[in-house]
Amino acid sequence: MRLFVNYTLNGITEGMIGAAVALGLVLVWRSTRVLNFAQGAMAMITTYIADAALEHQVGYWAAFVVALAAGFVIGGLVERVVIRPVENRNALDAVIVAIGVLIFIEALAGGIWGSSQRGFPSPFSQIGFRVGGQGIELDPFDVFTIAAVLGLMLLLLLGFRKTSVGLRMRAAAFAPEVAGLLGVRVKRMFTLGWALAAAAGSLAGLFVAPRVFLSPSNMDTVLIYGFTAAIIGGLESPLGALVGGLVSGLALSYVGGYLGSSFQPIGAVGLLVVVLMVRPAGLFSSAEQRRV
Amino acid sequence: MASELGTMEQPAPAPPEQGGRRRLSELVRLPRQPLLRHGLLTVAGGVLCYALSISVGSLTNANIATVAVYTVVIAGLSLLVGGTGQVSLGHAALMAIGAYSYADLEVHNPHVPLVAGLLFATALTGVAGLVIGVAAARLRGPYLAGVTLALGLAVPQLADHYFNSDQGIPVQLTPPSSIEINHWLDWICLLSALVVLFLLANLRSSRWYRAFAAVREDEIAASLSGISVARAQVLGFVLSAACAGLGGALLALVNLGATSGAFPISLSISLIAGMVVGGTGTLIGAVWGGILVVYVPLWLSSATSNQTNFGANLPNMIFGALIVLVVLLAPQGIQGGLNRLAARARRVLRW
Amino acid sequence: MSRWSRSLRIIGSLAAAALLAAACGTASTGTSGTSGASTTSGSSSSTTSAKPTASAPGITANQIVLGSTQPLTGPAAPGYSEIAPASNAVFQWANAHGGIYGRKIVYNYLDDAYNPTETVQKTRQLLAEPVFADFDPLGTPTQLQVQGLLNSQKVPQLFVASGCACWSNPAYPYTTGWQTNYVIEGKVLGKYVESHFKGKKIAYVYQDDEFGQDGVKGLDQEIPASQVVARQPYSIAQLLQATGLGDQMSKVQAAGAQVVVLFTIPAATAEALLGGAKLGLKAQYVVSNVGSDVITLSGLVSVISGGKAGAALLNGIISDDYLPSPADLSNPWISLFHQIYEKYDNTSKNKFDGNTEYGMAVAFTMLDLLQAAGPNPTRASLVATLAAKGPTFNTPGLVPLSYSSSDHYGFEGAQIGVITGGKFVLSGPIYQTTNSGPITTYTGSPSTPPSFTNPTF
Repeated sequence: MRLFVNYTLNGITEGMIGAAVALGLVLVWRSTRVLNFAQGAMAMITTYIADAALEHQVGYWAAFVVALAAGFVIGGLVERVVIRPVENRNALDAVIVAIGVLIFIEALAGGIWGSSQRGFPSPFSQIGFRVGGQGIELDPFDVFTIAAVLGLMLLLLLGFRKTSVGLRMRAAAFAPEVAGLLGVRVKRMFTLGWALAAAAGSLAGLFVAPRVFLSPSNMDTVLIYGFTAAIIGGLESPLGALVGGLVSGLALSYVGGYLGSSFQPIGAVGLLVVVLMVRPAGLFSSAEQRRV
Repeated sequence: MASELGTMEQPAPAPPEQGGRRRLSELVRLPRQPLLRHGLLTVAGGVLCYALSISVGSLTNANIATVAVYTVVIAGLSLLVGGTGQVSLGHAALMAIGAYSYADLEVHNPHVPLVAGLLFATALTGVAGLVIGVAAARLRGPYLAGVTLALGLAVPQLADHYFNSDQGIPVQLTPPSSIEINHWLDWICLLSALVVLFLLANLRSSRWYRAFAAVREDEIAASLSGISVARAQVLGFVLSAACAGLGGALLALVNLGATSGAFPISLSISLIAGMVVGGTGTLIGAVWGGILVVYVPLWLSSATSNQTNFGANLPNMIFGALIVLVVLLAPQGIQGGLNRLAARARRVLRW
Repeated sequence: MSRWSRSLRIIGSLAAAALLAAACGTASTGTSGTSGASTTSGSSSSTTSAKPTASAPGITANQIVLGSTQPLTGPAAPGYSEIAPASNAVFQWANAHGGIYGRKIVYNYLDDAYNPTETVQKTRQLLAEPVFADFDPLGTPTQLQVQGLLNSQKVPQLFVASGCACWSNPAYPYTTGWQTNYVIEGKVLGKYVESHFKGKKIAYVYQDDEFGQDGVKGLDQEIPASQVVARQPYSIAQLLQATGLGDQMSKVQAAGAQVVVLFTIPAATAEALLGGAKLGLKAQYVVSNVGSDVITLSGLVSVISGGKAGAALLNGIISDDYLPSPADLSNPWISLFHQIYEKYDNTSKNKFDGNTEYGMAVAFTMLDLLQAAGPNPTRASLVATLAAKGPTFNTPGLVPLSYSSSDHYGFEGAQIGVITGGKFVLSGPIYQTTNSGPITTYTGSPSTPPSFTNPTF
């Protein structure tokens, strides 16, 4: 029972981090129909930037803001400079550009900061809460992680629903031509979508680094499970990213715990197949099912 | 190679007026009958490859063999992406299946002929492709990409779990007595690649491929005109997987063993980048892709110094930037870019 | 389609073939250039035999080319990418002081990103160059892949950077290990655990590959199976999942383990320690040498929880080593290494840690071997010299190298130490053993290194 509780708690934390990555993927997908392979690498480099800020003794929270701001800027830049020229082309072209960006950023980080892993601080204790005299797989940092991802999700939902920028972003995503005719600067909304996505990714980066340490490839696995989460959720919906993250986080944790860690990736495949067999476009898809 | 080998998804517009130039083109005119034409070209390609292989050293032969291996896999991937329009981000996993099935067969039956081993690996991976293809036929675009990506992570780990952990299975390659081993390796891989390109070129002029194209362009229209969309997609996946399986088995020969470390997700990603940069949907594009995946990193690392952190990472920085630049500047890949250049040169020469 | 565009396509494909040919041509010019050079210097080999000549491929009158493949980039680069630059610093230092028999050592290490395909490709490149020997190439799966290739061409595969118990194999006479192998390490740690924690509940957490599995083989030779309450393997991919080794540590906790033995790489050690601390696990940690480098570990955990918990996590960890502690500046070898590192290591971003020490120490064995092999070594004489004279080499190792014609392992022993106050302090007997033999105690005295400013080779 205690093991089950611990696996569940691990799955929730893992799932929330996956949800933050998935959220970034969803924002990019909604705005530009691109599978952003560079999402993890962009998050990684913002964590390095935060680390550089920490070396200047700015304190954790300033570095936290620096990372999110850096993510925002990098995301916008990547969209504006290399993605926009391929936005109206074959979908695969944008994916390949994103892969090029991924390879470039990982090499850049290795070149500047070296390949060695380094520690990265967490703002809260990583000592688990005690239940019945023994620690459990939940600590104040986990609580902060969960709360921050939920908070981000809530902010985005409110932003999309209640602000005019949010409305314009939604309009640009779902009916770009009409939105353009109505005076929405569609391309600018796309850039904003990428910027927000990269900021959400930076948050994931800040939560991953204290747990698996900082290195140029530290987001590789998290990104793949983030994809799993986004796809289960349906790629269109921020809420789907959250649910997809939780479902895949829990499933992976149970598979790892009860069957062994070698089976986690095949567990992810199984979960994807099962979910997509029932709903070929994910849990929160609005599109009708295809008949084949 | 024939027109079919070079056919783009959107062929370059034919010049409106050919006039006096026709005689020049007749000099290199080939038979119209596809089988004959492709056969002639394959033989010509074989002669060229043979000449290449005996005029270069042992190391280059091994590298050309690797180019041939990746050409086979990229050609198969291109059949999927440029044919039925499905995307796989897990082709390295299919290669791993081919490599491990070849190596496992050889370890337990050392006397099985090489060709039989390669066919076995090809067939077994084709069966794996059938299983994935049946599931994939229900999935579109990013959803299929996500499943194949997760598969790319899963297969190497399962291989470790069931076959001698990260050490994998060693593979022997014994050439006939008088032949240098890398020449032998090169010939096996080049011959396999030529056979695959020949078969794919013929497939491309068959009604099957027209069905693929119809499915890619518009599934509903295709099914209205009597094409079974699911069958075309599953067939595409099986054929593509078979190519990957053959490529994996050949890579096990090149590497003298099947090990999971040779089939990371980054390989799947390199292959798809090679395909797009070479020119999706064309067979010459697959050759470009193979050259790109093998030789560009080699050139870059020999042109840079790895004595510092920055130097060691510089080749990958340039490689990443190069991929972005080629896609931005040459939308149809290298082959498409060449076609455009040729068209422009032709216009200039005409005056 | 018009004939025109068809013929242009043909021209295009011919251009592709021509470019491939040109590409191959460029790549092979290096080969012909090198062979040309060796022919010229070969003609001078008729002079006296004591003078250094082009006695073997990769050797000329004034230089020796050594090759290697290393994970300079990619997922295995953290930590390991420091090794080759550290070795190269030692060679640069030796070159600056006259080299070996007047020859400069050129160390040509190539990046294989820990991918066996690239290892094979780059090793073939080294063979074509040619290099005299493949020195300290890194990794078990990567080097197993090229073992046959190198041996079939009789090229030494020296001091493989891996503790696999597979480098001493009569089928591959040109391959040798160097570091204490994982089975022996497991035995030494197991003996310590068995004698110091009698009757305690013991858990293993180990990497699910040859490294961890060999270590467990050694542990199981010494620790009674009845005492082992949990055996938890992990896959490398899992280390990059956000909850790290949480599942494994939960099971260790549930099994009530009092002693946790880790056969882990440093990142996994740190994740296991953090995971244990999270659960409030009160256990004695015993960590394999690979995963216990204090400098690397404190870099990973020191910033955790505002720095307070980090240092406390490491205190009291038991480990083993076959080299002196890299932080022990009172050791003359370590102080020499630090001097070389300051002056000759280009990768100043890296800290001087266990990997740096390893790279330097193994380079010193190479210097000794080249020196012992005489002014005109061949590939065969190099390997024969190692078997004959290896045990007499001057190394920083705690036990002597134990090479012989039948034993290609290198160090076969280790000493136990404890992390105290942020430093790894070795103490107690130095153990020696073989993969299956009894454990004995070594009582020789440590060797002294050459001088930094005026070494003699």
